[in-house]
Amino acid sequence: MAASAAKTKTKGLGHAARDPPHTQELVSSADREFGYRAMTIADSEQAVSALAPTVVDQASPAIASRAHYWPFVVPALVVVLAVILIPWVFTLWMSVHEWKLGGAYAFVGLENYLRLPRDPRFLDSIWYTLIYAGLSVILPVIFGTLAALVFHNEFPMRGILRGIFVAPMMATPVAIAVIWTMMFNPQLGVLNFLLSLVGIPPQLWVFDAKTVIPSLVLVETWQWTPLVMLIVLGGLAALPTEPYESAEIDGASAWQKFRYITWPMMLPFLMIAVIIRLIDALKSFDIIFAITQGGPGTASETINLYLYQTAFAYYDIGYGSAIAVVFFGIIVALSMATLYLRQRTQWTDAGVSAQ
Amino acid sequence: MAKKTGISRRTFVAGTGAAAGSGLIPIPAAWAAVDYKKFAGTKLEANLIKGPRGDLLQKYEKEFTALTGIEVSSEVIPEQQQRQKIVIELTSGKPSFDVMHLSYHVQKRLFERGKWLASVTPFMGNAALAEDDHKESDYSSAGLTYAKSGPELMSLPWSVDYFMLYWNKELFAKKNIAYPTNFDELIKAADALTDPASGTFGFVGRGLRNANLPLYMSFLLGFGKDALDDKGNLAIETPEAIEAAKIYKHLLTKCAPPGVAGYNWMESQASFLQGKSAMWLDGVGWAPAGEDPTRSRVVGKIGYGVLPKGPAAHASPTFGDGIGIPPGSTKKEAAFLYCQWAVSRTMGGRLLQTGGGVPFRNSVIGNAQVQAGVTMPKEWLTCVIESAKISKLGLPVVVPVTEFRDIIGTALTATLSGGDPATELKKASEQYKPILEKSEKG
Repeated sequence: MAASAAKTKTKGLGHAARDPPHTQELVSSADREFGYRAMTIADSEQAVSALAPTVVDQASPAIASRAHYWPFVVPALVVVLAVILIPWVFTLWMSVHEWKLGGAYAFVGLENYLRLPRDPRFLDSIWYTLIYAGLSVILPVIFGTLAALVFHNEFPMRGILRGIFVAPMMATPVAIAVIWTMMFNPQLGVLNFLLSLVGIPPQLWVFDAKTVIPSLVLVETWQWTPLVMLIVLGGLAALPTEPYESAEIDGASAWQKFRYITWPMMLPFLMIAVIIRLIDALKSFDIIFAITQGGPGTASETINLYLYQTAFAYYDIGYGSAIAVVFFGIIVALSMATLYLRQRTQWTDAGVSAQ
Repeated sequence: MAKKTGISRRTFVAGTGAAAGSGLIPIPAAWAAVDYKKFAGTKLEANLIKGPRGDLLQKYEKEFTALTGIEVSSEVIPEQQQRQKIVIELTSGKPSFDVMHLSYHVQKRLFERGKWLASVTPFMGNAALAEDDHKESDYSSAGLTYAKSGPELMSLPWSVDYFMLYWNKELFAKKNIAYPTNFDELIKAADALTDPASGTFGFVGRGLRNANLPLYMSFLLGFGKDALDDKGNLAIETPEAIEAAKIYKHLLTKCAPPGVAGYNWMESQASFLQGKSAMWLDGVGWAPAGEDPTRSRVVGKIGYGVLPKGPAAHASPTFGDGIGIPPGSTKKEAAFLYCQWAVSRTMGGRLLQTGGGVPFRNSVIGNAQVQAGVTMPKEWLTCVIESAKISKLGLPVVVPVTEFRDIIGTALTATLSGGDPATELKKASEQYKPILEKSEKG
């Protein structure tokens, strides 16, 4: 969804360069389109649930057509089996074996899993992952929402500014990492130079165990705030105008309009942004690996990095697989929790559901 | 019979080769006896590490094709990725390459356990393949330690790396300090040269976990100890190991630029080449950048020193690269020709002359012509030759080398943010011991 919005936006920008007067129209039409899509998906979910009883009612023809249609499912099924299910089962299988590359493997039952709670590096890595992911969700969501609220207003050059704002998202993570590494350098980097201009003493950034995670989150925030902005902006564009009109008639202030209309109505979109960010941040690898490789020491070694290190540097495939399985469990659990929260914020024309 | 009647094919060809060597035909003398064109048309895949050594082979591979008619397609990828890639491919049993670049100091035992190398001993004994002067005895003992598994030579030792001390002569002269000859003088000099106010520091080196092990070993070996004792047990809680860690901590916290805990060789090199650090302890192979005006602000001011003496020993940690053939390759003979070319006088000579590495072959490094062509300052070459005399393996020869580097390296990095060397080493030792025992018994 985000990608399609970004694409539309670029297209809008391309036009903008040649044809400035139409910029705003194009961009806002993109927003409308995006918002419309978000709504259609929500609508179709409802539509599906509304249809469900009908399908059950007409059970026998449905079964007949199922036999008829199943060959069409086979390609998808084969792909799912090959790229999702089989690797997953294989990971489970490996996780109950002791297997170091270059050596033989042996069944060890749950030994790999029992090693986990006794492994200080693994316990630390869970903690680092949670801090890193937490900060990398909260900060982009705050800044992205603020940016969306700003960009939702009409003002000159809005299209171009939006385009610039979205740019970090399109850059390659490793290229970003290389540039930030140079900027973070305490002796030669530009960040400390900028700080020195306003009289702040030089910082160690990613080169110190205490500041490494916040510094990495800074990069993550810089890169992913635009994504949140796009999602929220799409949501804002899709909000109905009637509640605002009624509020206007009732004499509501700008703050009241935000607090009691905009905020609850855009919450579902915010939750989508949170879910996407959370999953992304939990499995973040490229930026951390390219900037610190988990260091200094193990101060930024998230589960993902430790897992990679175990499997591909120590070649301890069995233990690495056990970490992967546990990590998968953590991601699923957190995603379920946020999905549950999202359901609670869902609204329809009839009002906010489940509240 | 052939002996009596006179000229065998081999002596004849060798003779022609000698003539060629004297300038009649442009073929190197030593290569004359080998039937180079026998495998013409073969296509080889080479998997190399990005860096001066891998790049050199790739740059001149056309020459190899011209000599043998063997086509080479080489994949040159960064060290860490390459090490993983070849291990995974070798595990699969069907590697995509016929020649692979090896890092002996982290892979020797792993490769022995995995049986991932085809012996080159049969090829070395085959006159149609091995050049006349290419004998096992031509390799230095460190190279043979790395490459041999029992009586068999499993790969060809290619390039050795010693640790040395780069020093900024200008900064030393300003404070009127002489090059340190032992650890005490090294620390004193580093203290004296450190002046945070002007942004110059006495010492720079690797603080990054894993990468920092060779630097630590430079001190530990000077105490006459190794990371493992004679029986192969972990010995990093000894008084000597703790003293070495104290030196490491002192130099990197009191005399090094801020943020050094995240420095690998690259960041250290940048600091040294910017003239911001007076001493840099690292491998001999990084030298060329220092004399390149586009990359260095200290061209002509760099001194190349053999590591200062420790309290109990004078040692230079040594690491090595090799080149070998996977057992699964169907083109082993052609691959051997390629490996032999990689360690030949021409290619080995180029390696030394450009400062990208030091050949393991005595006949290459000792060759006057090769030495004369060295583009680096004479002092560098002298430093290399002197370091060779005090060379000691820089890392324990065990399977879990990477865990060793990571765990002990993390302890060392922890000392930089205030950790006590003895406590950190003890913790690391407890963590690594079971891994080592499990691996070495299994």
